[in-house]
Amino acid sequence: MNSHVQLEHHRGVLVVRLTGELDHHAADFVRMDLDEAILRKQVEHLVLNLKDLQFMDSSGLGVILGRYKLIRGKGGKMVICDANPPVKRLLEMSGLLKIMPLYQDETAALSDLEVAL
Amino acid sequence: MTQAQAENYMSVQFAAMSENESFARVVVAAFVSRLDPTLDELNDLKTVVSEAVTNCIIHGYDSDPSGIVYISAVIRGETVHLVIEDKGKGIDDLELAQQPLYTSKPELERSGMGFTIMENFMDEFEVTSEPGQGTSIRMKKTIVSKKALYN
Repeated sequence: MNSHVQLEHHRGVLVVRLTGELDHHAADFVRMDLDEAILRKQVEHLVLNLKDLQFMDSSGLGVILGRYKLIRGKGGKMVICDANPPVKRLLEMSGLLKIMPLYQDETAALSDLEVAL
Repeated sequence: MTQAQAENYMSVQFAAMSENESFARVVVAAFVSRLDPTLDELNDLKTVVSEAVTNCIIHGYDSDPSGIVYISAVIRGETVHLVIEDKGKGIDDLELAQQPLYTSKPELERSGMGFTIMENFMDEFEVTSEPGQGTSIRMKKTIVSKKALYN
């Protein structure tokens, strides 16, 4: 498996740090890990940190959009941070940045959610 | 570099399994590396290969691993010509399939961005498909490369 998920949970916010490559192959594993965490823990909001994600294609866009719908369905907020230029380009091209804010780093993303809480 | 004008060719085929997607990206990237592409150009090519191969696996073969994905690449001058194809079920409505955000498999959480990405990242892009026979994607990209930046 080329993609890994690191999860941190505090005060209703799930911080997800993705590393490696998020393609169709990795998408199933990442989706399962995230959904399990979202449904099992008291997750209200989600921060997706893409700092160490080296590669992503449209399968990754599908995973992000799917988690966005899940979080929104529970009344929460999902934000993205620290995307490298190629990943950011895909996020822009797909229109995802019109519905999800992109922050410089995790601190900025968390402080926005803290205000929202 | 003395043979920059000579034509170079490679072709691979592999089982339609998702774990081969990263293999496909690396093979094409390695083949093209002699043109000295920038990291951005390399990333564009890897993304495009990933999209096309994923389409073969998910749509062409409905995730049946006994299917075979074919990739061939030609380097002619500074231009790379890529053909990625499957012998799967084909596409009934090509125009619809190429609409941004359209996907025939929403239940799999597909984003519907594959063709749009391929079109955007390559200089030329053409898809041909025959229902029941398979789908073939032909693409071209000229590598401007770091050489041009130094001149």
